[in-house]
Amino acid sequence: MHNRLEPVQTAAVKQGVPEPISLPSCCPCSAAALSKGEVCVGAELKALSAAGWYRSASASGNGGRAGTAPVFQWWQEVTGSDCVSPTTPLPASRVNVVFIDRSGHRIPVQGRVGEDVLHLAQRHDIELEGACEASLACSTCHVYVSQELLDKLPVPDEREEDMLDLAPQLQENSRLGCQIILTKELEGAEFTLPKITRNFYVDGHVPKPH
Amino acid sequence: SAHHRLARVDIYEKLPVPFGLVRFGVAPDHPEVKNVINTFTQTAHSDRCAYYGNVTIGKDVMVKELQRAYHAVVLSYGAEDNQILGIPGENLSTVYSARAFVGWYNGLPENRDLKPDLSSETAVVLGQGNVALDVARVLLSPLDILRTDITEGSLAAIACSKVKRVWLVGRRGPLQVAFTIKELREMINLPGTRPLLDPADFTGLGDVIKDVPRPRKRLTELMIKSALEKPGEKEAARWASATKEWGLKFQRSPLEVLPAADGKQARGIRMAVTRLEGSGESARAVPTGEVEELECRLILSSIGYRSLPLDSSIPFDPKLGIIPNSLGRVQGAPGLYCSGWVKRGPTGVIITTMNDSFDTAQSVLEDLQMGVLNLSNSKEGFKSVRSILHSRGVHPVTFSDWEKIDAAEVARGKLAGKPREKIVDPQEMLQLISH
Repeated sequence: MHNRLEPVQTAAVKQGVPEPISLPSCCPCSAAALSKGEVCVGAELKALSAAGWYRSASASGNGGRAGTAPVFQWWQEVTGSDCVSPTTPLPASRVNVVFIDRSGHRIPVQGRVGEDVLHLAQRHDIELEGACEASLACSTCHVYVSQELLDKLPVPDEREEDMLDLAPQLQENSRLGCQIILTKELEGAEFTLPKITRNFYVDGHVPKPH
Repeated sequence: SAHHRLARVDIYEKLPVPFGLVRFGVAPDHPEVKNVINTFTQTAHSDRCAYYGNVTIGKDVMVKELQRAYHAVVLSYGAEDNQILGIPGENLSTVYSARAFVGWYNGLPENRDLKPDLSSETAVVLGQGNVALDVARVLLSPLDILRTDITEGSLAAIACSKVKRVWLVGRRGPLQVAFTIKELREMINLPGTRPLLDPADFTGLGDVIKDVPRPRKRLTELMIKSALEKPGEKEAARWASATKEWGLKFQRSPLEVLPAADGKQARGIRMAVTRLEGSGESARAVPTGEVEELECRLILSSIGYRSLPLDSSIPFDPKLGIIPNSLGRVQGAPGLYCSGWVKRGPTGVIITTMNDSFDTAQSVLEDLQMGVLNLSNSKEGFKSVRSILHSRGVHPVTFSDWEKIDAAEVARGKLAGKPREKIVDPQEMLQLISH
């Protein structure tokens, strides 16, 4: 998860040539930290990037202060530190969302910033399949989102649109769950699973993730 | 079996190895599509699920014998054959079904000795579906893209191939193409190649598609763009330096494959020029009386797959090529079900067939719950099948046997810098697991 992040061009970019960040070895994203519910820094940064934040820094360059780069302002606020490589783990960044399963049951779950909706569903035993394992080669993780949410999400990649074309019961508000990355902004979002069979499962089965 | 805590499911497969089309149909340069193998493997590892390969239903054990051994039998054996052209010359030596060609490069044992003739420049593929695109792409791809789990033998043959140009020929028009946008995009962007799209086929089409459903609209827009718009700088450079090309020919219906002087190979194909009656998905191609010939030696027929009857005791509709059923319940045969292509016909993508299988499972579960399946008779399951197979000298291959074969393929692949080197001889597979 904390491999070199790629620079992301957004409307917020005002300056500088983007440099990829290397998350250092003291990154809190250890197994111990994760098991305590602490969030992976890489996932946070990836999520912020998905929400339109520009990330740029040279870790060695100016001690992590990347001027007006918003993500590091955030970092400084949250950790009270100028350092790109914090030694104290971040508190977990939770996002509460609701799945509406194929029988219409509302299932509230708690996700993590940076997690994708398919992974979230499977982790909570919601019946969402991910045949191609999030590689944009199928449409089995097809979900509906509210119009309000649709407007908040980044525009789908052309490759996602291509796969959505094949989803049965495609609607204006269709998205692939594996391409929706949770951010704080998605607090309260609802994801509805399409009714794909006559009346989906007799007793509410859930496919297990692997 | 996740819905019914006590249900046990046994899976029977003709080949020693599992996974069917995921292993033998999906193109070697589409590894992500094969990720679903992980889900299948997880299912097979359940202690209420068992896999038995190397068992041919209808020969090693009959469906009626399975019905005596199990409360429910689900037939999901797909479509192993292909539609035939039904035209003179289709049995000439350089005419192949796309099904056999795909089987050849994917290591399907029955196609390993195909030896397709790749010695001439122009190939014609009859059909405009995803299989047609797969075949064109495998014929024209740079070798480094192909170097995945494609078989060693076919990769070597393709390396010596003279094929430079592939035409995909359809009876109807651009609005009836059966391939999907991801695959078309991939073809348009294929390194070392340029598309040959006749602008005349696409002029004015933009207006026609204004109100068609989104998938058809986006697909057609992509074709129109590629045919009519000036390419960007990078694309133009790639097309200019391309050594291979592919194109779409519309409204051409094959009439006859023309024999070469030796009477054995093909030298070309004669086609009727058609016009369309009706529009959209149900448009029909009607001959105009005009005829055209295309010179070529290699002809690949990609006009659809076809199911075969498994066993004389099972109802089968030869016209539709499916097992007659209602919601997956085989007509007139309680306890017998069907799913997938043998139930609905050989079309659809992963999600279509997956949803369809869930639907059949739904029917089985309903019948279990409603008492339609008589559970008061206990059934022996594999126990009785095992003795039948034993008495006929058949040794089933278990899932852990497959995992030995899998490990061997991966190890051989490593030596060649590939994810796996498929074993194409079933005898070799059986020897590996000491059967």
